[in-house]
Amino acid sequence: MTPTLRTSPDNAAPHQSAVLSRTRTSTRLVPIARVALSEYSILILAVLYFLSMWPFIPELGSRANLTNLFISMLPLLAVAIGQTVVLITGGIDLSVTAIIATASIVAARIVSDGNGLLAHHPAAITAAVFAALLVGGVIGLLNGGAITLLGMPPFIVTLSMMMCVSGGTLWYTHSTNIANLPDGFIAIAYGAPLGIPLPLVIVVLLAVLVHILLRFTLPGFWLYAVGQNARTSRISGVPVRGVIVLAYVISGVCAAVASILLTARLETGSPTQGDKMLLDIIGASVIGGASLIGGKGKVIWTVFGVTLFSLIANTLELLDLQHFTIMMIKGGVILIAAGLDVLRRRLNFGN
Amino acid sequence: MAEPSPLIEFRAIDKRFFGVDVLKSISFSLAPGRVLGLVGENGAGKSTLMNILGGVLAADSGTMLIRGEPFLPRKPRDAAAAGIAFVHQELNLFTNLSIAENLHLDSFPRRSVYGLRLPLIDRAAVRARSRKLLEQVQLHHDPNTLVSALSPGERQLVEIARSVGAEARLLILDEPTTSLTAPEADRLFEIIKRLRDRGVAIIYISHRLEDVLSLCDDVLVLRDGQVVSSGPIVGYTPERLIREMVGRNVDQLFPAHQAPATLKPMLEVERLSREGVLTDISFTLHRGELLGIAGLMGAGRTELARILFGLDPFDSGRIVIEGQPLIPSPRECIRRGIAFLTENRREEGLLMDDSILNNASLVALPLFARTPLKFIARSALRFRAKETTEATRLRAAGLSRQMARTLSGGNQQKVVLAKWLMKPPAILILDEPTRGIDVGAKQEVYRIIQALADQGTAILMISSEIEELIGTCDRVMVMAAGRIVDRIDRAEFDRHRILCAALNTGVIV
Repeated sequence: MTPTLRTSPDNAAPHQSAVLSRTRTSTRLVPIARVALSEYSILILAVLYFLSMWPFIPELGSRANLTNLFISMLPLLAVAIGQTVVLITGGIDLSVTAIIATASIVAARIVSDGNGLLAHHPAAITAAVFAALLVGGVIGLLNGGAITLLGMPPFIVTLSMMMCVSGGTLWYTHSTNIANLPDGFIAIAYGAPLGIPLPLVIVVLLAVLVHILLRFTLPGFWLYAVGQNARTSRISGVPVRGVIVLAYVISGVCAAVASILLTARLETGSPTQGDKMLLDIIGASVIGGASLIGGKGKVIWTVFGVTLFSLIANTLELLDLQHFTIMMIKGGVILIAAGLDVLRRRLNFGN
Repeated sequence: MAEPSPLIEFRAIDKRFFGVDVLKSISFSLAPGRVLGLVGENGAGKSTLMNILGGVLAADSGTMLIRGEPFLPRKPRDAAAAGIAFVHQELNLFTNLSIAENLHLDSFPRRSVYGLRLPLIDRAAVRARSRKLLEQVQLHHDPNTLVSALSPGERQLVEIARSVGAEARLLILDEPTTSLTAPEADRLFEIIKRLRDRGVAIIYISHRLEDVLSLCDDVLVLRDGQVVSSGPIVGYTPERLIREMVGRNVDQLFPAHQAPATLKPMLEVERLSREGVLTDISFTLHRGELLGIAGLMGAGRTELARILFGLDPFDSGRIVIEGQPLIPSPRECIRRGIAFLTENRREEGLLMDDSILNNASLVALPLFARTPLKFIARSALRFRAKETTEATRLRAAGLSRQMARTLSGGNQQKVVLAKWLMKPPAILILDEPTRGIDVGAKQEVYRIIQALADQGTAILMISSEIEELIGTCDRVMVMAAGRIVDRIDRAEFDRHRILCAALNTGVIV
């Protein structure tokens, strides 16, 4: 080693250490803050949770369980991505579970080998998929329309939409499932071209599309602006109504995608498809970091939130806890997540 | 008679934030029955000083004395116990509650039976005490009136009544007149004088130097955390105050402006009316012209601007832009080159929790997303935002790092201006563009406005500061009760005439 190389760090040392010590104190002062504010905090938390639970539940890390966890996570992720878009505008979409049920019935009614409208028709599967997406989009449009044109609060609009739509679906089906879905449709859930599961391809594609929309395009920028301050946005020439309608349409279409995945996986169209998912969807988005007050949220955050939430649900099931215990714990987790949302905002002000 | 002993005395108060001196060796004293005007630019240390007095912050060194006794408030309650009352710039009233309830929020008198205090509110005592408090500020309303039914000026009085309570010995008022009309402000001054005559010491913080000069007995000028000068108000002029606050000569607070040589109509308004709001408003705004609108609060000035920008509807009349009729909506107005800086920059001008870059981008964004898929051309956008914010002399840590909320009022206003200048407007409507910002920032806002007018932008400026209109405009229209009551050219500008027209008295008072 040459002398010059050794002396130069020495010369720099006093200055450097002063800088270092200052950063160190500030890190020591707010470690919780740093973790809570980091983009990857939820992912880190999910990994830590996994590692800490694994010794107690050996089957947690088994290939079968991980595959199951992964597959069951995908429909939830699809709806949660749409929900995130709505949350960014400061709204909430409670009608997603009803959309899942309706889209499920519509798709099954078209494609079913039993009494399907297009049974055995070569275009049946394509038609079913598009009809489901259309149903999601139209219900989203109705939600957005009622919210923007009538000025009603999103909570009440989407809540009543949920009741009307799911009630209608139950009435139409007389509360019965539609079975006998063709193999081609079921392949949407179980197919794996090139060894990659098809649901994974679909949901990743959806996530990437929404991510690009939010991050790089004009409507994406507007969604955040409207969520932060609709008055400022309106005066600045943002088409506030259009932006809000767009958010609910995206949410409806995302719910329809989830519906197709669920229907194919369960090989049945069901009027109660997804009816237990509502709080999981909102909870996972909020855990990820979307704010219920609007203006905040990212697709990647929601991916992390859904991962952590599904992981927790999975471990609770593996622990053979009773249903009500699982509900209580899930409720607690969502509450903590909402608390974190508040904490994050406060810490941001502190900076 | 001997000089009265000081009520409060500051001795060499120092305060540092993160190694930066915010207050350096501040010493002054205030006697009972005196009004002290505290002036300085935003960031001069006024708020910090008052927060130390109010127990919100602790001084790093130095002492405070109240009537000769050391005063060491650790929390706001200590200051309140010592008789210090604080009326903040933003009112802290619950508009859905009554005056009486607002006055007693912290301690309701309770009913008692045989000396036993019950958990029941003694409504009669509340009313009686409220009457007494309201009497002090000469507000003759039933204490059961809801605060939402009061004008901003009356709300201010309720706030003062609450703060003063029965025993305040020192009252601090921070910018109390920002949202008041001229008569309301006058009434406030009367009440301040009455309190003073009763022996209350008052610290009056304001950017309105005329008010400070007419109201205060003493003045304390702060600049960069130091006392520049202090003493009896006699011997101070607006020019001297500005010079001392800014630290440089501001003879040219208002930059020179040449009225446009040729008159090309940009905005023509014909008989615009809205039931109960505007009556028969007609005027023409020309290219490169600065047209001011004077008037009291509620005269219809802001309402006119909002109608022109399509935020509120109108019943009859016509709006013509460069010869083409306009059906106003914010998007249509922006498309036709109109920009509108609202009077409420926090709620209508900014995304408070978003970056300077995103705030500045909001209006011009569609111009940077012209591909069919509406992708934003980020580097071009950023370059333009940097260029524009630099032109407004915005001082900030970083375009994408600093949130609007953390900026001073003046810098926030520059962000709003930058937002509208990203795409240079043909017509600019300004509603109270310098409200609540310091002298230095005001001067820069005037400079920007003048530069825009020189480049041909037609500017309509609403202001409650007559000096500002006289200093910047080519013409001034005066509004009262929804009508234009006077039109004055620059050559005939007369403060007195504008004021009389605004009061709609017709009499020279």
